Amino acid sequence: MRIGKVLQLSVTLLAAAFLLVPTIMSVLAGLTVNYFQGVRSGLTLQWVVKVWELYAGSIFLSLGLALACLAVTLVIGVPAAYALAHNPGRASRAVEEFISLPLAIPGLALALALLQLYGSYRGFRLSWTFILVGHVLYTLPFMVRSVQSVLAAIDLKTLEEGAASLGAGPARRFVDIVVPNALPGILAGALTVVMLSIGEFNLTWMLHTPYLKTLPVGLADSYASMRLEIASAYTLIFFVMIVPLLLAMQWASARAQRITQ
Amino acid sequence: MAFLPLAIARLILASGEGEAGWAIYQQILQTPRYLISLIQTVLVSLAVTIAALAVSTTAGLFLTRNRFRGRSVLLSILTLPLAFPGVVVGFMIILLGGRQGLFNTVFPGQVVFAYSIFGLFLGYLYFSIPRVLLTVMAAAEKIDPAREEAARTLGAPPHLVARDLLFPALAPALIAAGEIAFATAMGVFGTAFTLATNIDVLPMVIYTEFTSSANIAMAAALSVMLGMVTRAILFVARSFTGATVVAGG
Amino acid sequence: MGQRTRPEDNAVTLTLRNIAKTYPGGNRALFPIDLDVAEGEIVSLLGPSGCGKTTLLRIIAGLETADSGAEIRFKGENMAALPVERRQVGMVFQSYALFPNMSVRGNIGYGLKMQGLPRAQIDARVDEVISLCRLEPCAGRAISALSGGQRQRVALARAFAPRPRLLLLDEPLSALDAVLRGALSDELAALLRAFGITAIFVTHDQDEAMALADRLAVMSQGRVAQIGTPEALYRSPETSLVARFFGNALPLGGRIEGAMLHLPGGSLPLAAPAMGKLAFVRAEDVKLAPDGPVTARVKAVTFLGTHYRIAFTGAAADELFCLHQGTSAPRPGETARLTISPQSILTLNPEKSVA
Repeated sequence: MRIGKVLQLSVTLLAAAFLLVPTIMSVLAGLTVNYFQGVRSGLTLQWVVKVWELYAGSIFLSLGLALACLAVTLVIGVPAAYALAHNPGRASRAVEEFISLPLAIPGLALALALLQLYGSYRGFRLSWTFILVGHVLYTLPFMVRSVQSVLAAIDLKTLEEGAASLGAGPARRFVDIVVPNALPGILAGALTVVMLSIGEFNLTWMLHTPYLKTLPVGLADSYASMRLEIASAYTLIFFVMIVPLLLAMQWASARAQRITQ
Repeated sequence: MAFLPLAIARLILASGEGEAGWAIYQQILQTPRYLISLIQTVLVSLAVTIAALAVSTTAGLFLTRNRFRGRSVLLSILTLPLAFPGVVVGFMIILLGGRQGLFNTVFPGQVVFAYSIFGLFLGYLYFSIPRVLLTVMAAAEKIDPAREEAARTLGAPPHLVARDLLFPALAPALIAAGEIAFATAMGVFGTAFTLATNIDVLPMVIYTEFTSSANIAMAAALSVMLGMVTRAILFVARSFTGATVVAGG
Repeated sequence: MGQRTRPEDNAVTLTLRNIAKTYPGGNRALFPIDLDVAEGEIVSLLGPSGCGKTTLLRIIAGLETADSGAEIRFKGENMAALPVERRQVGMVFQSYALFPNMSVRGNIGYGLKMQGLPRAQIDARVDEVISLCRLEPCAGRAISALSGGQRQRVALARAFAPRPRLLLLDEPLSALDAVLRGALSDELAALLRAFGITAIFVTHDQDEAMALADRLAVMSQGRVAQIGTPEALYRSPETSLVARFFGNALPLGGRIEGAMLHLPGGSLPLAAPAMGKLAFVRAEDVKLAPDGPVTARVKAVTFLGTHYRIAFTGAAADELFCLHQGTSAPRPGETARLTISPQSILTLNPEKSVA
């Protein structure tokens, strides 16, 4: 199978190169004085500074939205996952399908639907909470699934019976038993939600207004109208935010996965 | 959570509220522009699904079954694009194949593919590879190597072991991954937005109808059409592959 | 209508009346059961899977509700309406249900924490229980670092620490391997007596029941078939079910006329006339005797260390087993003669067929 192995390795390396090369180019372009001349023209942070001047608002908005989205999905998602794990049955599976619906619908259609329904409420429409609703709809299934899979793996029912037999009421059981044991799932879910919210474009583009530009919307803007160095510098800032998040999410998910084994 | 079915219902209703009423769907099928973009979307999505399955299965199997230094780095590189929004992916393709792109500088001349259908294809491929890879690897890790060893002690050469044991075992995961890749490609917007200056894929058309023409009914109708066509193709694919899986035993 | 029992000594602590359980869909898991348990007594609910023993235990604990009209009185006070958190029953689960997010001390102290006791008191009591259960070497460890036997003791310590009124155990030894089970069975018995607490435990293993219980209730298909001390159940089973399940009595078949049992291999005298009844015997009561009245052919001989187990054909309606202590045994194919003393032949009423 020697040829086979070599072939497999080549495909793998080629794919990796395909994915990696432009990211490196983008990072370099954002730090080079002049893209045409390449690295020879010197390294600089001027473009990064320029990006900050132009787009700081959108960066903060994205961060704020991500944190708000996290808060909402935690408050809705963790109890929902608990309820679902507690009552495995047809009704629960229906609810689960229902919560996962946004995943099956392209962001575009979802945005259109939201605009149709609530576009006429001007106040709501122009506020950042409108975008938040879209983000929550999109990220909630990830939080619920992440927590639920961990809860399902730990025989929650017997642990709760144990705590009840020792005198713990439902609220105490939630705090002392359910949440601590679901933590790996909650953590993985939280990181996923933040990551998805920061990077969300399809939905947000349709819902945004000129005063409400998130980071990805700003990126699209810069690709269309700014010079390459600025677009690259903005992309660089995005990478710096998202890559650590992605790595943390992968680590947290692996940890949660080990429990379900 | 009451948002959702309400919203979808509203969307469907909206599609019928234009001047043409429900005949709007007929209109879509009769307008070449819409029809062509629908077909183009389907073709590109199919092509990407097949390519992504081919590449990611090869890479995924390789990475699952071989441990070597740098493996985890390779894996991280291959899964990085999961976090990129469509626009960033479009930008990546521009960097590779745009007028100032890598290929045009290395091979000066006319290698500007970023804004062609090939560029779009590459863009879709860029974010599909990581997704399919993860699903394939998760399934490949669960496969018991002992079964393949048993087959080999019975005299089966490696390529038959692959054909008779490995791929059937992977089939459900491949099908699931393929479905997600196809559905995602059909609905993708951001990448098309950045790259598709000359090409019409359906999501772009929907966007134009909504923003430039303020033709809400048409936009809604096209969205519904997009969803239905995607579901229909998935259904056909599932019944087809379901049959082969059963027959393959 | 259940069977009433009256323990001979000690005040009655737990009174169960009219405990029945019907699941939606009509499935009757328990027919009305009455039971009295004395203070400090250890009662075992013994039976095959599906007999309702675990359901009964969970009803006492409060984890399931019985059909209306049930009374669960502890020293007169009816607990049936209280939720499990307020019943003050300690429960040891089959899988132990130890909390992975807490240490050994945390687990043991949890019930005391729920009672709202001050920190110092909790620590003192936890130390007391740890030394009682000999858990000092594991006290600081995480749950995942404990062996099976240690987990069982932690589960027991945790249930016992808050001074519950009643201790309930669900198959306490079944999660352990056979070797460990024997050793821990004695230890568990000693601990339960040292606690001095009233306890009810569920098991499908007769040896476990005999080792730990003061009284046993053999259950089958939602009813209590018989209740009594291990010796009483063993020597005087009241139904063929109890005889077969507890002590592995074998049916002899044959025909009873007056005080004689006529078997295919010969005839045996009975202790008393037993017309219309069925005859059973235990393998250890079947004896090889050179001039015994029953003839049989040896089918198989298995050496089990302390004794031989010999399977005979032709003596009774089906295969008959004999546990033979001795230094030698007949060989397969040979003929042998057997006898059974009249007192060892159990004559029981035929089982009523279940509607």
